[in-house]
Amino acid sequence: MAGLMSGFGSFTHAVVRALPQSLAKEALRTGSLEVDLLKAQEEHDKYVSVLKHRLGLEVVELPADEALPDCVFVEDAAVVCGDTALITRPGAESRRKETEAMKAALTELGLSIVEMTDESATLDGGDVLFTGREFFVGLSMRTNQRGAEILADAFKDYAVSTVPVQDRLHLKSFCSMAGPGLIAIGASEAAQKALKIMQQMSDHKYDKLTLPDDLAANCVYMNLPSKGDVLLHCTPEEFPESAKVFEKLKDHMLIPVSNQEKVKVDGALTCCSVLVNRKKNI
Amino acid sequence: MTTEVGSDTDVKKEPEKVPEVQQQTDQPDEPADSAASASADQPQEESQSAEAKSDQEASPSPEPSSPPAAGGQKKEKGISRFLPPWLKRQKSQSQDKPDESSAPPKQESVEVVKEEQEETNQPKEEVDGGGAVTTSTEQTEEVKEVREESRAEELQPEEKEREEEKSIGSADTQPVREEKEDESEMEEKEEEKKEEEKKEEGKKEEEKKEEGKKEEEKKEEGKKEEEKKEGKKEEEQVIQQEASVLSTLKVNKKMKMVVCHVTLLDGSQFSCEVEKRAKGQYLFFQVCDHLNLLEKDYFGLSFKDNAEQRCWLDVTKEIKRQIRNSQWQFVFSVKFYPPDPSQLTEDITRYLLCLQLRQDIASGRLPCSFVTHALLGSYTLQGELGDHDPEEHRLDYISDFQFAPNQTKELEEKVVELHKSHRGMTPAQADAQFLENAKKLSMYGVDLHHAKDSEGVDIMLGVCSNGLLIYKDRLRINRFAWPKILKISYKRSNFYIKIRPGEAEQFESTVGFKLPNHRAAKRVWKVCVEHHTFFRLVSPEQPTKTKFLTLGSKFRYSGRTQAQTRQASSLIDRPAPAFQRTSSKRISRSLDGAPVVNVSDYSQADGAGENSPALELNSDSKSQQVEVMERPNADAATSITSETAFETDGAGAPQRKSKLRVQGENIYVRHSNLMLEDLDKTQEDVLKHQASISELKRSFMEATPEPRPSQWDKHLTGSPATTLRLQTHGVPQNTPPRPGTDSRDASKSAEVKPEGNEVIEVVEETVVIEEVVKAKPKSSTPEASVPVETEVKEERSLSSDSESEDEAEYHAQPPSTSISTQQIKEEPEEEQEAELSQQAPPSAIESQPSAEAADPGPAAEEEKAAQPHEEERTDKPLLTPDEAPNGHAPQGEAPPSPQTAAADEEEPHIVNGSASRVETEHLPQVICCSEPPVVKTEMVTISDTFAAQKTEISTKEVPIVHTETKTITYEAAQLDGNGDGEPGVLMTAQTITSESLCTTTTTHITKTLKGGQSETRIEKRIVITGDSDIDHDQALAQAIKEAKEQHPDMSVTRVVVHKETELAEDED
Repeated sequence: MAGLMSGFGSFTHAVVRALPQSLAKEALRTGSLEVDLLKAQEEHDKYVSVLKHRLGLEVVELPADEALPDCVFVEDAAVVCGDTALITRPGAESRRKETEAMKAALTELGLSIVEMTDESATLDGGDVLFTGREFFVGLSMRTNQRGAEILADAFKDYAVSTVPVQDRLHLKSFCSMAGPGLIAIGASEAAQKALKIMQQMSDHKYDKLTLPDDLAANCVYMNLPSKGDVLLHCTPEEFPESAKVFEKLKDHMLIPVSNQEKVKVDGALTCCSVLVNRKKNI
Repeated sequence: MTTEVGSDTDVKKEPEKVPEVQQQTDQPDEPADSAASASADQPQEESQSAEAKSDQEASPSPEPSSPPAAGGQKKEKGISRFLPPWLKRQKSQSQDKPDESSAPPKQESVEVVKEEQEETNQPKEEVDGGGAVTTSTEQTEEVKEVREESRAEELQPEEKEREEEKSIGSADTQPVREEKEDESEMEEKEEEKKEEEKKEEGKKEEEKKEEGKKEEEKKEEGKKEEEKKEGKKEEEQVIQQEASVLSTLKVNKKMKMVVCHVTLLDGSQFSCEVEKRAKGQYLFFQVCDHLNLLEKDYFGLSFKDNAEQRCWLDVTKEIKRQIRNSQWQFVFSVKFYPPDPSQLTEDITRYLLCLQLRQDIASGRLPCSFVTHALLGSYTLQGELGDHDPEEHRLDYISDFQFAPNQTKELEEKVVELHKSHRGMTPAQADAQFLENAKKLSMYGVDLHHAKDSEGVDIMLGVCSNGLLIYKDRLRINRFAWPKILKISYKRSNFYIKIRPGEAEQFESTVGFKLPNHRAAKRVWKVCVEHHTFFRLVSPEQPTKTKFLTLGSKFRYSGRTQAQTRQASSLIDRPAPAFQRTSSKRISRSLDGAPVVNVSDYSQADGAGENSPALELNSDSKSQQVEVMERPNADAATSITSETAFETDGAGAPQRKSKLRVQGENIYVRHSNLMLEDLDKTQEDVLKHQASISELKRSFMEATPEPRPSQWDKHLTGSPATTLRLQTHGVPQNTPPRPGTDSRDASKSAEVKPEGNEVIEVVEETVVIEEVVKAKPKSSTPEASVPVETEVKEERSLSSDSESEDEAEYHAQPPSTSISTQQIKEEPEEEQEAELSQQAPPSAIESQPSAEAADPGPAAEEEKAAQPHEEERTDKPLLTPDEAPNGHAPQGEAPPSPQTAAADEEEPHIVNGSASRVETEHLPQVICCSEPPVVKTEMVTISDTFAAQKTEISTKEVPIVHTETKTITYEAAQLDGNGDGEPGVLMTAQTITSESLCTTTTTHITKTLKGGQSETRIEKRIVITGDSDIDHDQALAQAIKEAKEQHPDMSVTRVVVHKETELAEDED
């Protein structure tokens, strides 16, 4: 059996959710850009396809709910680490119900479910960065201290440090893990400041991969049995400079994935899936 | 003391040596007898301490084949090389008269044995004496002699003669007889008769005496070896340490024994009889010995204080003083959790760590997820029970184990399921796996303390191997790695860390936390100091080593660091010890009646535990004023050093003020001088200088509990010309007439390190009683000014172990070379006050400059003699850049010079009395610095990163402690005019500090010779620290009463009551 904190990035399942029509108009966004629904749909299909076909994950696709325009961004609804899934209480009122389907799906996968019932707690999965050794929780518009505490209670093995997030929607709006011990971080001042805090708070040393574009710093890392290090990252069309940086990661299997439309509603690559590692022997 | 050193080894060696003697003397009979007698007396010892034996064997026997007569001298020479003069002298005494004395050979052998016994007595004395080593040894000798004589009367005339001779000639032999008396006079007489019989054989006697000497020498050597730890394998050292420790606590028959109950990690009880005044070390080594544990540095003993708080037993201090009224009930547990348990050398160590972690997990101290509980539980089962056996291991077989705070059936099932998967894993492997997983847990090895941040929010401080973690609920809101921390301090119930400025920041910031009470603050501070030293430093600073006398209570981690213990354990060369695991113990558990080890046995066996002489000395040094007083001369040197240290501290007092003034102000007087000189130099030079200064400072600080600015100056001036001294001398000249200016200059030079904020006084109440005997004008003057200072200084010592010392320690840090050295210290609480005192007399201010000039001459000279010692100490290689900047030139000047300030100052002082007091305190600040005196201290607090982000520099005023100070001075009329220009000659100066729960008593004895008159002045400062109200009047009355009782022939000339109260109530 795998010990504590081993196998970072190894996943067997992915939970995704279909794009509702309502996304184009009703999804929350920090900007005011129009979303081309068709293009968005296309993007999402490709994304799911990569997970399913290219990487061979078992993908659980939840149906869209028109009443939940943001439901495609499943990441915010749950935090999964090891065998435990924390069903969140999203900071946006309109998104609270997204967790229902997610909870059902994760239960189905046999995870032990922890629910965030505290009315005062809010937590978006997008604010949770799990490095393999510890958690960083961004305190943002969507996530508060109480939410972070509950997360800490749910994952007792790990240190949970809070990081103030300013001027960005989520902590992972400008950072993510690009490998074991490798943090992809945006070049903006806010991102760098957050990184410093994370470094100060951590007992561990992290390498950093600095991307010129904050949004490009959101990538999806996996370590898959047959593929080794896999990285889903931005396309050169979107962020040419950042894409070049990713291309320097020679040991990674690099998979550019377009995210042009979803980004308009603050959707990033990590937002669209919840990755789960379910080993049969456990 | 000396005799104690190697007694164990000596005894055992004796039989070996005897043969040699025989050969020499050609008289086989005698030696055999002696050997037999020796062995008869010592059987227990030998059997009991195998380690000691090994130790003996390991330790080289000095010149075994040397002829008796010549051999003695030779040996002496050899030893003398290493020995300090006082030691030598003692030795020479004993050796001088071997020929003359006609002690029967047999007696000699007996004597040796008895010596050891006697040694048991010594510990007592030591403990009591506490003071300097030198003193104690000499005293003990004297005492013995006296006893001898008295006893001699009882003996037959012939014997008497011999006895006397012996007593005079060799201190060693005497003890034996003493013991006899104690035991049974009958036996003594018999032995003596035998001795008489054997008198005839004078040669033999001599030879035997030689042996005794040899032994002594050996002991001494052993001591030296221990001290220096030269040329011995680590293992051996370890053993030696143990042996020595054990030996230290010898059992005197008169001693009271106490049974200690120690709860071991497997839950069993270990009982051990310990002399009432035994040090923690003794008990700890007993326990480790019982456990067969060599890598013991990770472990410790703890006890519950009155408030049910867990406290670590300081192994260097007496147990009794630490536990106070609590029961002699201890818990053996892991103190330093190794970050990588796989680097532990022995499985038994890992196993004990496992046991600790299982406790931590079961109690909830170490939180885990369900999966982790299950996983760790399964390794526990594998380790304890071996492979899962379906037939034998039903579900209930695990009911004995607790895997989690709330153990569910589900968890147990999971545990069993996982247990099955570990088939084939050995217990050691299972333990290793257990640890590999446990060490990754975020709370592994984190020692949590409740606290509040600046805003009164409940937080937890977590001390761990990497640094200090700040938690709010379960969230980590900040973390300060050791390298980021420049200083750790506490005052009252506040705990502070000074943070190294970040790249973008210019200033250091200080973060303050409020602990529930003073004791809690001290506790967390101590834990921090220990963890920092253990994990961050390569070797602990051991300022005390070189110094025999360290006054004042200071705390520092004196054990080995992780690096050292790793190195040591890498040399462990023994077959893996077999040990019982809990399950097996459970079966044969009669452990509750665990073996009771009698200390007395050990004591006999061991010579003296000199392993950590410095440590012991330190702890002891505090006590026994009486002894010191008796022998002022001997101690003079030491005492002086201490004085100087005090002074330095006093200089430091100014630091308190604001950052701006900062550098200059903080500095101690000496340093300041240096600093001034440095002005012209480049930054680099300055830094170097600072480093050297900091060394000095550190050494001083270590030694001194109380600062005395004025004396300090004197020392400087008077000191023989060394570079340092020269500089110091120069200072007064260089320094501008006004203290304030000086400080500025100093600050400039020191700019590198601004020391800003620290200030919160720990001491709530101080009672200073100065007794002045034979008031001489000159001396009196300084006194007048002094009292105030002293008070302040005392406070420091009270609140905690000396802070300054701590700083010094940490300077040593390996990582920090030049500027960046870390300091972890308790803050000198007195700083503000100290300043005041120096400059306190408002009227005196102007006069000060002149006083400065004058000062150096007179008083200083006397102390010169003492200085050399100081310097030696100062030489230690520690760089404290931070501190250096602090150096205060001006203050040094400020100290009340006997001549100028004396008469005038005194008057105003008195007049102002209590009222002026307060003012005066602050006045100095004003003078020195542009900044106004601050009564209220603010702390900058950045308790979490969030806040930090919001406010870039984020300094807030926070837990503020408002301090109210009140001083009342009662002064007897001064006898002589203060104005005497004559400098007195300092004959002796001693400082003795004793500390109890919340009371610290510092006695400073100064003997001065002026114009043929000798004057003894005793200053006694009693600082009472407490969270609760104190009946000052009663305390004062008591203090005065005691003073009068102790020194009926002296008059109390001055009583100063200084009271500090925290206005902002700490909530306890």
